[in-house]
Amino acid sequence: MKLKAPERVTWTQSGFCPGCGHGIAFRLIAEVMEELGLSDKLLLTVDVACCSLAIECVKYDTIMCAHGRGVATAIGAKKVRPENPVCAYLGDGAAYSIGMAETIHTGLRNDNVVVITVNNSLYGMTGGQMAPTTLPGQKTTSSKYGKDPERCGMPFNIVDAYQGFKIGYLARGALCDVANINKAKSYIKKAFEKHMNGDGLCYVELLSACPTNLNMQPVKAMQRIKEEMVPYFPLGEFQDNTKEKKEEE
Amino acid sequence: MAKVLMKGNEALAEAALAAGCRFYAGYPITPQTEILEYLSWRMDEVGGVFIQAESELAGVNMVMGASAAGARALTTSAGPGFTLKQEGISYLAASDLPAVIVDVMRIGSGLGDIAQGQGDYWQLTRGGGHGDYRTIVLAPASVQENADLAALAFDLAEKYRHPVLIASDAAIGQMIEAVEIPEFREHDINKYDWSIKGCKDGDKHKKIQNVYYDDPNYETYLSDKYAQMEAEEQRYESIDVEDAEIVLVAYGVSSRMATEAVEMGREAGVKIGLIRPITLYPFPVNAFEEAKEAKAFMTVEMNILGQMVDDVKLATGGSKPVKKFGSIFALPESEDILASAKEFLDTVKEGK
Repeated sequence: MKLKAPERVTWTQSGFCPGCGHGIAFRLIAEVMEELGLSDKLLLTVDVACCSLAIECVKYDTIMCAHGRGVATAIGAKKVRPENPVCAYLGDGAAYSIGMAETIHTGLRNDNVVVITVNNSLYGMTGGQMAPTTLPGQKTTSSKYGKDPERCGMPFNIVDAYQGFKIGYLARGALCDVANINKAKSYIKKAFEKHMNGDGLCYVELLSACPTNLNMQPVKAMQRIKEEMVPYFPLGEFQDNTKEKKEEE
Repeated sequence: MAKVLMKGNEALAEAALAAGCRFYAGYPITPQTEILEYLSWRMDEVGGVFIQAESELAGVNMVMGASAAGARALTTSAGPGFTLKQEGISYLAASDLPAVIVDVMRIGSGLGDIAQGQGDYWQLTRGGGHGDYRTIVLAPASVQENADLAALAFDLAEKYRHPVLIASDAAIGQMIEAVEIPEFREHDINKYDWSIKGCKDGDKHKKIQNVYYDDPNYETYLSDKYAQMEAEEQRYESIDVEDAEIVLVAYGVSSRMATEAVEMGREAGVKIGLIRPITLYPFPVNAFEEAKEAKAFMTVEMNILGQMVDDVKLATGGSKPVKKFGSIFALPESEDILASAKEFLDTVKEGK
């Protein structure tokens, strides 16, 4: 069998754990870049922690950002180079905890960037602590007896949070089986198409497995996405808006 | 360009534009807000980008993205807000990215207060964030210097691929003086090969990250960089230092009263001089070689703990007594500075 990967994916050891969703996500991004002819132009920001490992896995001009600031950094780059596609890639801890202000305000401003947030319901790099996305009752290294929503709140849902804003595109996919991975790819592709059309913030959340920190076999961790995460994080496209172009004077 | 009357903060903003800065992201905080307000309309006129960020953290990290993309980028803050900038400054330093960050200093720790102060000296000069770095720090003492040093800051930031700080203060930022804004210069965002612009050859993709991840000679690289700054970037003004028995050391707002104290002292026959550091880092140790007759040094600074005293002791190899003339809330009076300097000199001479 001949393995074929997008040209911009490296063949060096990635650092991602076996069964991790990041590898799938980056393959999809690389495929989409190739299909849209954007490989030469993409500017990428990756958050610290697991996301940062991607800097050795894909061959794009990339900034490794401070935790939770990837969107802010991406906005800075996009404003300077408006012709380039610019994508911020981060995890749920970055997007929904330490970088919550950045996440909300980029929605409020409807900034013209692509944001891809990988939601695995915990902090991966630091060893599996509770995140704002952790499910009720989910045991983590900082919620030993299971997350208590009375104390810690229900899992944060970006679709609800962005309801008050009109952004370019909002979708959630799941990296759990072939059908869903293909669908996730179509969301990523649409996000970049709309981004290049100047439609504003194009946001894709990807539900992803973290077998290492869930103490699960990779297949089981993928099944868990569908069985346990999707009830809290519904899949699909939630916003699709076009920015009104300013009339040329 | 002819001289015009301008507020210090606005002169700094205009000079940044003159230096080719076309990206600003900041957050309101007194007493730096005029920089943000000025650029909110002026940046549009010159075709640049102005963002009022959601926080200082977002602002400085937007600057990081703009800098990585090749722009001359600026963010400004004061006191509590400047503390929040430290995250980004540390990342900029680690990633070899130029940027200019201004601290219009105000009083005190915590919330402090909005009047002029010089309590951020340690934070400014020691590398205020985590890790093994420090930054060039330029300290303007007039509206004209606010403009000149803003322009210089961008050049130095690119020369060293390093963040450069401007240590202004509420008085320098708020006062109105005649100023000549430096000539406007164009900056090409494609000037440097290190900036991210997209890559045709994936094998040559740029990685903006901690430099040491890829540089096996990082230790030498980092040491050499700071050694070069210390060799080439010391800037200062000396007034009546050569024969002075007591030498004042002051920068920014307090150096203006210290200058006056020297004039008054000289009229009264006191052998008094002033070293005015323009770079707080690298500290202008060369200036102290001129002080051959000095028996003692006195810093004049608007903080209580005498934050610059240690640097003077280091610059003089601990060979002479050093004390501080500190003040907060009120600007130091030149009469009081002179009286304190004379008293200190007498004490030292009498060997007490």
